[in-house]
Amino acid sequence: MLRLEGVSAGYGSAQVLRAISLEVQPGEILSLFGRNGAGKTTTMKAIMGLLPLMAGAVQVGGQVISGLPAHRVPGTGVGYIPQGRRLFTELTVAQNIEIGLMAGGQGAAMRARVLDLFPRLAERLDQRAQTLSGGEQQMLATARALCVNPKVLLLDEPTEGLQPSMIAAIRQVVVQMRAQGVAVLLVEQRVDAVLSIADRVAFLENGVIRETLAAEALRADHGLLERYLGV
Amino acid sequence: MDFGPYLFLATLEGAVGAAVLALTAVGLSLVFGVMRVVNVAHGEFFMLGAVLAWWVATTVGGHPALGFGVALLVAPVLVAGIAAAVDMTVLKRIEYDPERTIVATIGLLYILQQVTLMTYGPDARPVEPPFNARLALPWVEWAEGGLRMYWPWGLSTTSYKLAVIGAAVVVLLGVWALMARTRIGLLMRATQLDREMALAFGIPVERIYALVFGLGAGLAALGAVLVVPIQQAHYLMGADPLLLSFIVVIIGGLGSLPGTVLAAVLIGLSDGIISVFFSPTLAKILATLLVALVLVFRPRGLFGAQAV
Ligand SMILES: Nc1ncnc2c1ncn2[C@@H]1O[C@H](COP(=O)(O)OP(=O)(O)O)[C@@H](O)[C@H]1O
Ligand SMILES: [Mg+2]
Repeated sequence: MLRLEGVSAGYGSAQVLRAISLEVQPGEILSLFGRNGAGKTTTMKAIMGLLPLMAGAVQVGGQVISGLPAHRVPGTGVGYIPQGRRLFTELTVAQNIEIGLMAGGQGAAMRARVLDLFPRLAERLDQRAQTLSGGEQQMLATARALCVNPKVLLLDEPTEGLQPSMIAAIRQVVVQMRAQGVAVLLVEQRVDAVLSIADRVAFLENGVIRETLAAEALRADHGLLERYLGV
Repeated sequence: MDFGPYLFLATLEGAVGAAVLALTAVGLSLVFGVMRVVNVAHGEFFMLGAVLAWWVATTVGGHPALGFGVALLVAPVLVAGIAAAVDMTVLKRIEYDPERTIVATIGLLYILQQVTLMTYGPDARPVEPPFNARLALPWVEWAEGGLRMYWPWGLSTTSYKLAVIGAAVVVLLGVWALMARTRIGLLMRATQLDREMALAFGIPVERIYALVFGLGAGLAALGAVLVVPIQQAHYLMGADPLLLSFIVVIIGGLGSLPGTVLAAVLIGLSDGIISVFFSPTLAKILATLLVALVLVFRPRGLFGAQAV
């Protein structure tokens, strides 16, 4: 569903990603794992067309999207939950959701479906996004991305700084999306979370994918776990 | 005239200036707020509005109201189109880099000025107001037995000046409604808040930028069309509106529309009143001093930093 082939990208002339290749199948969660500064966020921005590619291509459902102008990318079915949430803070919950709906050409039906998933947002439609609690903000960031009706969902550290109850709620939604056949690319720093939810794990180091392993193998083999995750 | 009526008159003159200034400054504020572009050529779009208004009104001929009416529609649209074209050909190409846009718009300032000088010439030319009835204004004084209304000699305004104030209020309400109540306004505000996320959620930021740059310039041009029956069109007339708009945008809080309108009323009124009682130079000195104080003590503007 999502396919990166030899993607190199960076900021200005500073190259960060060096020939990244990865693939996420429909109904699969691929976790992108690596330390701070490895290039995880940069990978997501490259997929979204927010950075020009120096080489390589990005495909969604067989369609090459890496040549498109950035604003055409979400329309191909890519929902993005960026690191730090990046809500439209001065706008209301309803307006943030509306922008997500517009991005995917969705209407009232999708709106109702998403608000069903997040009843706490439904109660706060006219509240400004910046006045929400951290957990509610993450819900809104998730809701905004789901409104696109994504075939591919990118989540960049969605549980950063959240309470356990919120983490569980976000997780449940991600698992639900997988069950619906969405291809999920998840950046997550917590090893236990990665192991319990991911199907495969790709290890990113200094802009290079060092290895991609089945989560099953990592769970089974403590030696592997130590080697790659440092636990 | 007594002091009271005199002050009333000065306030009215100031209100006309404030109305035009509010339109011009809101245009500048919109461009800065959404695009983070400091448009040094903003005053030239104002000038272009006035000059095109003269050209349209003269070409159309007939009753002054006809020429003016056509100019009121055509001049701002033409100027908005020119500005949108500049955005797409120049500003987009330099990727809206803050420093390079300043240099580019300085260049644009001279190009617009010189092209106007070469075509329109160095003369100042008036546009006839569509209507211009003189209205005597009443004042009240204490007489034995209570308040008494009377018409002091010399206390008057024109119907046109009142119409300018009314038109500015209507247009500003329209801009507010556009930003707060429409879908395109929502897209503009989202772009202002986070350009990258706007792109990631399908907002065609480049088209929004062209629209906003055109709208900003169009508002300046509209202000100029309104003022040209009072002030005459001249190729150098853009300097004052540019300076005052910058003053207003800084005092109002960069990119905040309500703050900009409030600051325009404050600066426009005080400029009018101080100019009448003391001198226009003192008015500019005080306004500039106020900017300096704001920058030192409240760098986000007098009226807070709320976006829109
Ligand atoms: N806007 C930027 N401009 C220049 N360099 C950046 C920018 N954002 C990130 N980088 C650099 O790119 C590298 C990868 O960053 P990032 O993708 O954010 O890492 P991660 O998300 O894995 O922590 C880092 O060295 C970082 O300093
Ligand atoms: Mg990151």
